Amino acid sequence: MTDSSKQRLIKGSVTFTFVGILAGPALFNHFSENSPVREHAVAIESAMNRYGFYLRDVSKQSGVDFEHHSPVLDPLIEPIHPQIASMGASVSVSDFNNDGWNDFYVTNSSFGHRNALYLNRKDGSFIDVAGEMGVADLNKEGTGVSMGAVWADYDNDGYEDLFVYRWGRPALFRNNGGTGFEEVTENSGLPGWINANTAIWLDYNSDGYTDLFIGGYFREDIDLWNLTSTAILTESFEYSENGGRNYLFKNTGTGSFTDVTRETGLTSTRWTLAAGSADINGDGFPELIIANDYATDEFYFNDAGKNFSEIGKNSMIGFSPKSGMNVSFGDTYNNGKFGIYISNITEDGILLQGNNFWVPYESSEKVVYINAAGQLGIENGGWSYGAQFGDLNNDGFPDLYVANGYISGEPGTSYWYDYSKVTGGNTAIISDIRNWPAMKGRSQSGFQQDKIWINNGSGRFSDAAGNKADHENFDSRAVAFADLWNRGTLDIIVANQNNRLLVYKNNVNPENHWIAFELEGTTSNRSAINAIVRLYWDSKSQSQVVTGGIGFCSQNQRRVHFGLGNNTVADRVEIIWPDGHQQMIENPGVDRIHKIIESR
Amino acid sequence: MNKEINPAGAKDPGKGVQWINVRYLPPVFISLILISGHFTYGILEDYKAILLSIGSAILTELILSRVMYGKWKNLSSAYISGISVGILTRSTFLWPFVITAVISIMSKYVLRFKGTHIWNPSNFGISWMLFMAPFSMSGLSIQWGNNIWPMLVIWILGLAIVWRAKRLHITATYVISFIFFSLIRSQITGDSFFTEVSPLTGPMYQLFVFFMITDPPTTVKNRKAQILVAFLVAFVEFILRLNQFIYAPFYALFLVGPVAMIISLQLNKIKLLKGKAIPVTPA
Repeated sequence: MTDSSKQRLIKGSVTFTFVGILAGPALFNHFSENSPVREHAVAIESAMNRYGFYLRDVSKQSGVDFEHHSPVLDPLIEPIHPQIASMGASVSVSDFNNDGWNDFYVTNSSFGHRNALYLNRKDGSFIDVAGEMGVADLNKEGTGVSMGAVWADYDNDGYEDLFVYRWGRPALFRNNGGTGFEEVTENSGLPGWINANTAIWLDYNSDGYTDLFIGGYFREDIDLWNLTSTAILTESFEYSENGGRNYLFKNTGTGSFTDVTRETGLTSTRWTLAAGSADINGDGFPELIIANDYATDEFYFNDAGKNFSEIGKNSMIGFSPKSGMNVSFGDTYNNGKFGIYISNITEDGILLQGNNFWVPYESSEKVVYINAAGQLGIENGGWSYGAQFGDLNNDGFPDLYVANGYISGEPGTSYWYDYSKVTGGNTAIISDIRNWPAMKGRSQSGFQQDKIWINNGSGRFSDAAGNKADHENFDSRAVAFADLWNRGTLDIIVANQNNRLLVYKNNVNPENHWIAFELEGTTSNRSAINAIVRLYWDSKSQSQVVTGGIGFCSQNQRRVHFGLGNNTVADRVEIIWPDGHQQMIENPGVDRIHKIIESR
Repeated sequence: MNKEINPAGAKDPGKGVQWINVRYLPPVFISLILISGHFTYGILEDYKAILLSIGSAILTELILSRVMYGKWKNLSSAYISGISVGILTRSTFLWPFVITAVISIMSKYVLRFKGTHIWNPSNFGISWMLFMAPFSMSGLSIQWGNNIWPMLVIWILGLAIVWRAKRLHITATYVISFIFFSLIRSQITGDSFFTEVSPLTGPMYQLFVFFMITDPPTTVKNRKAQILVAFLVAFVEFILRLNQFIYAPFYALFLVGPVAMIISLQLNKIKLLKGKAIPVTPA
């Protein structure tokens, strides 16, 4: 072969390779799972065979006809009103009357529209009793609109009380023996106005009384119905510190709360959207994880109930800024260690943040987490809000549901170009509503499907979004898991912004077994919030934590639920109560709910 | 992005003692941006993506220069291309960083006209991937905290470097044109002037105006023509922006740059035949 023909061959080969590589990405997208052209719909029978469960929307059949309404705010907000008024749909589960059946509370966010408390009628249906119970009419001029609610027995009287956080005045309701609620905000020590988008109950000092964390979003001196300035938005899309302040209220045990925010070191003023609390290091005091919009997330280590140390950056959880909107815990590897799931934004071709799943880095002596979301296949959601872990098919591994969708406006339109135009700009530009192009009914990451990721038990999750027999692409916000009909399955309630509430009945392969535990604290707080339950079976173990609010504007059922696969024996269950002492029960019976009272 | 700020054959623009070869200013500058950006604003979530893109670009350059020309090339150009890909793109996968870096470098060896490559390498790779693989890749979403101080520091340093490299007129023309077209766009869209000019204050544009549009091997050689081309890039971007292309600057350079290069090379050939032009050293 001559030099010139050799040269031609080399050039031809390089060119051929180049063309092949150029075509590769397009082909990858066409055939990949991420391509939007891929259909997810799966027939019910094949869903059951493939994943061991399917979901069916039974909202209407079960008497749940709730529809959320977004707030109408100051006219100055009008150009980007859908963005500002994009939250407020929430759901919180509780057995408020102690009849052994889960009820749930949902919030509305527009003046004159009422919140609802759905009482479980034990016959498959629910009835809204919020009006007669005194917790419906909470969206009024002067006191603001509801953003979410969380339940806990703050006075340890055996009945779950209700805290409603608003863009406005927070409201605390004491449960009168399951027959009604009395508002006790007045003398509770809670502040007059917070633009809050998250609150959780926790017992940060393990004194046997549940304390209250509230996360601020807009600054607390802003009245969104009576603006004095249009410069109310974030100062940065990455390191913003001009959000609402956070609050930690210590329960005095006498029906009131003391603001201990400053002395415990929780003084950040980021735009908080979610929080979660669990005893991560096993010292008997729960840590606090905070997800922030426009900033890095925060990881607060609890120093023996006295104060918190922020280790977000060193632990990596708070290293890179994204758009934190959810905190939930999952022992996805069944190794007794909680991973922390924080949702963010993924919009193809525009903003690929990816959701984070932080798992402890085993070989490190320091507290370091690595993001395993990509490795597990639970990274690319959409514009994600709430997420919950739970064993949807009772196979022994926690699965994951992620709510998606930001603003579904006019179909086929997009605000993303205008959004991207402003977000790259300097603080003075981005923080002022006047510099934002009007949305004019356009969509932004709207009409997205929620994700259902099924844990296959070997370190990967499969997308089973098609496992809903009824598809709705609403702008989902809050998700709660609860066994609504005491069948040993986790049903799902999804609160959708400006749309109807969805109740999904879960139909699980009957060959899979389960076990559930309802805890009642005695020396610990009565709701057993922050207790950890660890179940051992078939050479496996799994930990779950009892929470006082988890996810985004949501609260799961108080009882903890474990799937067992086809095993009919559970070896033992260990309970680490919030005050640190342990209790163990050998061979608890399967396929039943165990009521466990803390041993003194 | 930039291959070498000092054009082939040009005299060293500085006077006196040279503490650093001017060709290494861009890689040093962009490395400083990367390092300071990471440790102050966490622009790299982890190191894998940037290491992969730099490594892929350098490896591709090494292989192709050896295989096609039988020599080892200076790697500063490949380094800049790799680092640009790592900074300017985002993906939840790792493969797009490899592919983008590889096609950026390969474009220099395959897409040639009269012995020189006509696309800025990283502009080609990034534009191609953003257009063809939007489900796997997006552009830079980091904004240096939307803070004015890092923006000013980068602007001052960047302007100093392009001035020293005698490329300030290109950057200045583009910036002035962008501001002018922002004013027109604000009249057309009804959005405020600040809204339209806002992208210019972000880091994506800083990297674009200092490294990409000033790239000597892929810009025309005549000073007036360079000014015209910078204006045309801004004009095409204006059109693309009116059609809501988020990555309008990349696409504008992708479209205008090679056309300008082809015309320039063709004109140069004609002048050469008439004995009025200086031969262009192939890049």
